[in-house]
Amino acid sequence: MAQVHIEVRPGAYRDSVSLLEVSRAVASSPGVEDAIVAMGTPLNVDLMRELGFHLDQPSPNDLIIAIRAIDQAAIINGLSTMAAEFSSIDQRARSASGDGQLAPPRSVGRAHDADLALISVPGTGAFAEAIDALEAGQSVMLFSDNVPIWQEIILKEFASSRNLIVMGPDCGTAVIGGVGLGFANVVRPGPIGIVAASGTGAQQVLALLDLAGVGITHCIGVGGRDLSAEVAARSTMSAIAALAEDPDTKTIVLISKPPAAEVAELVRSSTSAISKPVVFALLGEGSPDLTKTTEEILGTIGVVVPDWPSWGEVSTLRATGKYLRGLYSGGTICDEAMVIAANQLGQIRSNIPLRAEWKHDPFAESIEHTFIDFGDDAMTVGRAHPMIDSTLRIERLHKEMADPSCGVIIMDVVLGHGADADPAPALSSAISEAHDHGQKTPVIISLIGSSGDPQGLIRQAEILSGVGAFVTVSNATAVNIAISLIQMNEAS
Amino acid sequence: MNELRGLLQNNNLKIATAGVPLLADALSDQLVPISRIDWRPAVPGSQEALNRVMADGRRDGANSLALARMLAAGALLVDVRQAKDALGLEPGTFLHAGPPLTWERASGPMRGALLGGTIFEGIASDAETAEKILSSGGIDWEPCHHRDAVGPMAGVVTPSMWMFELLDPTTGNRSWCSLNEGLGKVLRYGAYSGEVIDRLRWMREVLGPLLKLAVQRRNESPAGPIDVQAILAQMIQMGDEGHNRNRAGTLMFLRDLLPDLIESGAANSDVATSARFMGGNDHFFLNLVMPACKLQTMAARNIPGCSVVTVMARNGTDFGVQVSGTGDTWYTGPAEIPVGLFLGSYTEKDANPDIGDSAITETAGVGGFAMAAAPAIVRFIGGTVPDALAATRRMYEITVGENVSRGIPVLEFRGSPTAIDVTRVIRTGILPQINTGMAGRIAGVGQVGAGLVNPPMECFEGAIQGLAQAAPQVG
Repeated sequence: MAQVHIEVRPGAYRDSVSLLEVSRAVASSPGVEDAIVAMGTPLNVDLMRELGFHLDQPSPNDLIIAIRAIDQAAIINGLSTMAAEFSSIDQRARSASGDGQLAPPRSVGRAHDADLALISVPGTGAFAEAIDALEAGQSVMLFSDNVPIWQEIILKEFASSRNLIVMGPDCGTAVIGGVGLGFANVVRPGPIGIVAASGTGAQQVLALLDLAGVGITHCIGVGGRDLSAEVAARSTMSAIAALAEDPDTKTIVLISKPPAAEVAELVRSSTSAISKPVVFALLGEGSPDLTKTTEEILGTIGVVVPDWPSWGEVSTLRATGKYLRGLYSGGTICDEAMVIAANQLGQIRSNIPLRAEWKHDPFAESIEHTFIDFGDDAMTVGRAHPMIDSTLRIERLHKEMADPSCGVIIMDVVLGHGADADPAPALSSAISEAHDHGQKTPVIISLIGSSGDPQGLIRQAEILSGVGAFVTVSNATAVNIAISLIQMNEAS
Repeated sequence: MNELRGLLQNNNLKIATAGVPLLADALSDQLVPISRIDWRPAVPGSQEALNRVMADGRRDGANSLALARMLAAGALLVDVRQAKDALGLEPGTFLHAGPPLTWERASGPMRGALLGGTIFEGIASDAETAEKILSSGGIDWEPCHHRDAVGPMAGVVTPSMWMFELLDPTTGNRSWCSLNEGLGKVLRYGAYSGEVIDRLRWMREVLGPLLKLAVQRRNESPAGPIDVQAILAQMIQMGDEGHNRNRAGTLMFLRDLLPDLIESGAANSDVATSARFMGGNDHFFLNLVMPACKLQTMAARNIPGCSVVTVMARNGTDFGVQVSGTGDTWYTGPAEIPVGLFLGSYTEKDANPDIGDSAITETAGVGGFAMAAAPAIVRFIGGTVPDALAATRRMYEITVGENVSRGIPVLEFRGSPTAIDVTRVIRTGILPQINTGMAGRIAGVGQVGAGLVNPPMECFEGAIQGLAQAAPQVG
């Protein structure tokens, strides 16, 4: 029994030539017997009646869709052919330049076929661009920082209401379906889905998983403030829900600083109905470090923890002074290192101090144990991020090596998309230069990178260890070694 | 599998990038298809207001509604009436183009047109007397837009002038415009010599009444009223852009009306003179395009939270803009001098700043916005064909949507860019493109050229502040 579909769309004008094209395409879709898509002019309505479509006289400004097909499925098929045909006509028009000169769009919303917008404009302009993207149906990765929290809340509310997500603001790292956004490591496909409120924290976990032979589905960044009481985990909840539904994701990992109590409750209750394991990797004092967390994740999928690779010989290293100095480009791993170090060594001065009274001006000389996060907002004003440009860190390295109170230096080197294309040579020549001046302070490198990163993990490690630096892929290991060298020096 | 619209299951991600080129390069290195945005900071001083307007949850829906209403508005020519009857224009009251203006600040062509109007109405017999009356407050005047009317160039309307009356059947709104006088020395360009006044009198005594008869006959015929919107859609596909080129539109209008003119019973000689007058003036139909465009933008008025421009108009001194979300408030800035070609030996020094309500065409998505449809005029206004294509394409960046009933052939029938969004002007710094005629700066000279002009950014800077004040407070 043939099915008939007649639909009137008031005011939906299309020109007659386009409509002929569309009608022809619908009529030739499988199972469709007759199809007319036309404006409701008297002529067209007569034509439809001759084909046995019965309809009242519509307005000439109404678009009429009339389809007869063998069954309902064929009608639905015909309608989707129609939608595709209209969209291909629109696409043809939008990409027509007339003279071949197409200027690039001036706002993300005008990139009509984009699914996602990666926005890294200055913070004051970021909100308008992000709203525009959401209105155009694009999810957003908001790399920009200095976005006020009220704007973040509006963006995230709006995104949830449209079934979209805002990753950020101040989101440095994400991997969506293998595509690295911002500072992201090259990862293999695998069963782990990550939600991360911390960029370098996520990179440490991504890199270690990769070195254990384990891949990920996605790493969804949410921005450092997402689990604050004000933002109330809006993006985290959307990300967890999406990973819960994603068939390829077997284990969900949330990497974050400890959230506000009510937010933690909110997140836990949202995960209670999820049948997949959810691992909370909370950073900070009293929590396991990222290496231990990664080992726990491996446990949930029954993968044996490997020996984390390192390059260099610890036994040959001797601290040259009493104090530990940390020169970091990644905020979260700097924080992780300070938590471990403070536990053993006590007060650690820093521009991102664990306690307010340990605050230290990063441009002033180091005092006792001092850690500097060179990626902190205040240090990147008018300057590229230290993962891209290591000039400041290398200057500081020279100073610390010349300082007799400095016993051991710990640094991170972050690889992956977006980062310095070849960081090791500049760093190793700075170390050699210091050695030439008789400065022998040991340098411990926490090398955050996966086996597939474009810089070449092993090559970077070998260049650095070639000048006597000790290199390890685990930040926790790196800091523990540095601490033990300091302690050995004190004991002797 | 619908969470985040399938983002996580999309194996063919397409990404738009705005900001740091390095991050875009990193995506290109991964062979991900990207669209690099040519992003620029917002107009200085407007960022905070812009953010408030962007945060207004009503804006997106309001703008879509404004566009839908603009696209749904029709324009039927239902009558031709004198301004005193159609608009209730009292004796001694005139209308003019653009935002409100005093005699002291009025430019040469505006003064010339007001002088001419005073003489035409018989209030003064010569320019000297007329000037005394006008400068001493003897005549009241207000913008055409305040009465839902539009007037090209000086746009001076006096009570006895005949007006086209257009009806939007969707909303029931009506709009009016005077009859076009032709080119050369004409009142709308500020000329008021004897020949100008004589022509106006002929229009009042012969052309106006004849058009009224013909339009009435046409309305009562089975064909019904002339559909100005339908002619407008067709003329865009015939090389007109509806502001500086109205040749095809004028001929189609004449074709539609001629049988009723002939059968009106008027003297053959009057019919012939009128047909010759209308057919000999390529801009005759402009005065029908303008009220049709006004009906479109009227349909989009007064939508709370809406950042769509509903009026752009110039009085020869100021450029004025109105925005849907803030009703009748004018946002003004100094009118600029157009850039283009000059007639005869005139130069830029002879040109008056931008004048006329005809920028209503661009407000409704034709004129400069449809330049790509009118390659024949690009040289006349001092451009090249690629310039015209680029101009139309640029306007898509600042408009809410497209009018598919006005497909531009060379752009694969892409609809003309429609509904100017103040937030997009402020974000991109792209100003609306207006095609225009140029009036001489001295009263009485008439047209000196034609060219391109933009509104001053001040209009949009004012509008974004006004919208921000009207937005709900957040943050």
